[in-house]
Amino acid sequence: MDFRALSSPHAALPSRVNQVMLDVILALAPGALAMTWYFGWGVAVNMGIAALTAVGSEALVMRWRGKPAAPVVGDLSALVTALLLGICLPPLLPWWITALGTAFAIVIVKQLYGGLGYNPFNPAMAGYVLLLISYPVQMTNWLPPSMLNTHPLGLGDTLVATFTGHLPAGLTWDSVSGATPLDEMRTRLAMHQMISEIRQSPLWGSFGARGWEWVGNWYLLGGLYLLWRRVITWQIPVSMLGALTLVAGLFWALDPQTHPFPAFHLFSGGAMLGAFFIATDPVTASTTRKGQLIYGAGIGVLVYIIRTWGGYPDAIAFSVLLMNIAAPTIDSYTQPRVFGHKGPRSD
Amino acid sequence: MSSTVSPFAPQPAQRRLWQFPGGLHLPDNKLQSTGRPISPAPLPPRLILPLQQHIGAPSELLVKPGEQVLKGQQIARAKGYVSAALHAPTSGRVSAIGPHPVPHPSGLSAPCIHIETDGAEEWAELPPPLPDFEQIEAATLRERIRWAGLVGLGGAAFPSAVKLNPGPDQPIHTLILNGAECEPYITCDDMLMRERADEVIAGARVLLHILGADRCLIGVEDNKPEAIAALRRALQGAGTLPIEVVVIPTLYPSGGEKQLIRVLTGREVPSNSIPAQIGVVCHNVGTAAAAADAVLHGRPLISRVVTLTGAAMAEPQNREVLIGTPADWLIAASGGYRPELARLVLGGPMMGISLHTDGIPLTKGANCLLATSAAESPHPGPALACIRCGACARCCPVSLLPQQLYWFARARDFDRIQDYDLFDCIECGCCAYVCPSQIPLVQYYRFAKTEIWAQEEEKRKADRARRRHEARVARLERLEQERKSRLRKRKEELSEGTAPSSGTAPGAHAKKAAIEAAMRRVAEKKSAEAVAPANTAELTEAQSRKIEAVKARRRGTAQGTEPAPEPAEDGEP
Repeated sequence: MDFRALSSPHAALPSRVNQVMLDVILALAPGALAMTWYFGWGVAVNMGIAALTAVGSEALVMRWRGKPAAPVVGDLSALVTALLLGICLPPLLPWWITALGTAFAIVIVKQLYGGLGYNPFNPAMAGYVLLLISYPVQMTNWLPPSMLNTHPLGLGDTLVATFTGHLPAGLTWDSVSGATPLDEMRTRLAMHQMISEIRQSPLWGSFGARGWEWVGNWYLLGGLYLLWRRVITWQIPVSMLGALTLVAGLFWALDPQTHPFPAFHLFSGGAMLGAFFIATDPVTASTTRKGQLIYGAGIGVLVYIIRTWGGYPDAIAFSVLLMNIAAPTIDSYTQPRVFGHKGPRSD
Repeated sequence: MSSTVSPFAPQPAQRRLWQFPGGLHLPDNKLQSTGRPISPAPLPPRLILPLQQHIGAPSELLVKPGEQVLKGQQIARAKGYVSAALHAPTSGRVSAIGPHPVPHPSGLSAPCIHIETDGAEEWAELPPPLPDFEQIEAATLRERIRWAGLVGLGGAAFPSAVKLNPGPDQPIHTLILNGAECEPYITCDDMLMRERADEVIAGARVLLHILGADRCLIGVEDNKPEAIAALRRALQGAGTLPIEVVVIPTLYPSGGEKQLIRVLTGREVPSNSIPAQIGVVCHNVGTAAAAADAVLHGRPLISRVVTLTGAAMAEPQNREVLIGTPADWLIAASGGYRPELARLVLGGPMMGISLHTDGIPLTKGANCLLATSAAESPHPGPALACIRCGACARCCPVSLLPQQLYWFARARDFDRIQDYDLFDCIECGCCAYVCPSQIPLVQYYRFAKTEIWAQEEEKRKADRARRRHEARVARLERLEQERKSRLRKRKEELSEGTAPSSGTAPGAHAKKAAIEAAMRRVAEKKSAEAVAPANTAELTEAQSRKIEAVKARRRGTAQGTEPAPEPAEDGEP
């Protein structure tokens, strides 16, 4: 009897890319729900717009390239990119800005480099940085968390605001939006206010910014799920959060009145999302164990530097992109010792 | 993770164990084929014995077609040091000697001895049993093992006698018997240890004596409690011996030679060298039992235990099978296939080779026939792009970076891939198993290795051709020099001879000189031919024979009349 000969292993393989991506989406769900809970329908609308744009533009590129779109869109990586970008954008952002950033991420940053696995930069963060640099005003207009929001918008009003720019009668953009906690801290520190003064504001909760601190916890929960599912390893999140805590702690210990305490850095912005969902993007991160520790620590330190002395209040995107550039070099210098060899590979 | 706690743990003396990097906990699928004892397979009507069933040179034929052979009669002998003898597994008639498909990933044919069995099972005269082997010299016992055609029965089929001769400058302190059997599905070693533990222990004693080693460790994974118990019982019955059964955690690929040595001794076999370099020799438990058979009973290796298993095998079991039994015949005689048959694998699911046909003979290294259903081994579908997730690097038992190797293999960057230690890869398949993009990684590494070997072979050939060319240029130059000096001499002779007697028959004198010169040339050329050129030293035997034949032919046609042609081996590269 004749058979079709195939390469080993001759077994059902336990893992598939789309399952990995599905796990990431699942892990993101608690954080996404919390964001929507605290910051309104705008978050969900942004994620929806980004998702549609990502799938549409990826299918379009595959058509241009003359390749079947279904397997590429079906690996769900574009959806993950879209959701991660969408969740970072301010609620009520005009729809075309969201669509533009997502299309840039998928078409330019991912597909023009060859598609999944070939892009040197994290597409979601590259898209975010493009928007942040091009539309700084819109990109820094956040809504206050629900407990401080006096004019919460319903789904219908949110859609109208996002797609037409019109707010319900009696509301102005200034009355509904405000700065992010990181921005607030930065501005008031620049005005030489003391931390103890700044903390008087109702914006602050028990250890981070109100609302934000709980979102951070939900991201943390999702991250633990990813660790448990072995989608990510502990090295990058631990080294990134560890380095951020360490550097922040050092400066805080030097002068607690001009430097916010470490928990503020961990729970007021994108640190948790960045540590578990963004920095761990396998394609653009370091792959060796030692390399991942360096890569994560590098992001943590850069986040502190940019937040404290840089031109932008939050820094996850810039830090991740900067370390993306360094990842291949880090990998090359941190190769593990091969079994039966004396020392590390000289390369 | 290995939740199977051996009922016999804790071990007698809590031996320290070590770990190797990576590894995988796989569904072991061993219960299917351990339900019944090892049964001898019936006698097939025809046996097909490939001349190459082992690593090394193919065996050299000792029989002719039509010849009657007896059971245990040597029908091919080891050719060279790294080779193995071959014996008739039963009595019968050599019906043919010719090519037949052999178990090889290529699906190609190779020379085989075909035997029509006669059912008489008439034994040939065997060498005497050596029950008092401990009083016999190691060299004699090694010769016996070599005579028996013993090769590694774990699958690699390396000639055992070679492994048992590490040389006087490599003292061996530890013999390791590999009973780990870490590949899923395969149970032939497990069943052998359960049922023939005494033979395994006897084999251990034989091998210990041959190697002059201090101790023997038998490594068995903790998912084989019956085998462990049987070995320990056999040990108790054998008196005080420097042999210990060591239970190791079940973790694929702990049965890899270098991995098992690491687990048991904590030592790493250096890259690019063999275990003997650190004083260790490792044999499969089946090989040990066969060694005991050869030494204690004088029986050659003519059969082995083969596992028949998989969801598409009607009656999964272990059978004692004569070497050379056709796989299709054996499966048919053992319950046949189930209809959900999708793939037939020789070996286990991780490292086994997928067969093109079941019309192949089972060789000495064949440990398992795995007939899988589509659910067990689904068609992988198109591979996706590598997402650099690093799952492969985390499970690699050699700490390689499989994703980088894959990258370089795809780019055919064979220098870089060797910098990343491609040749340390043991092809265990862990990386390909965990890959979420389902890239057949091992396939890429095999491709790169073969390409590199081919390139090295090309380079060797080119070097040889260059050396040959240089030798030829030098020789031509030398001949030219000699011709010129002859001419000069002749001119001098002519000018000396003709000048005084310029009037008397100058033509006749010149003609005589020319003839003499021509005859000298012929003689010189002949003597030049007689000197063997140095650049034939590296030719293979076959090539030299061909060259001799050509030379003889040319001498025959050119007898006496023409100057002998240039020696053939000096031809253009």
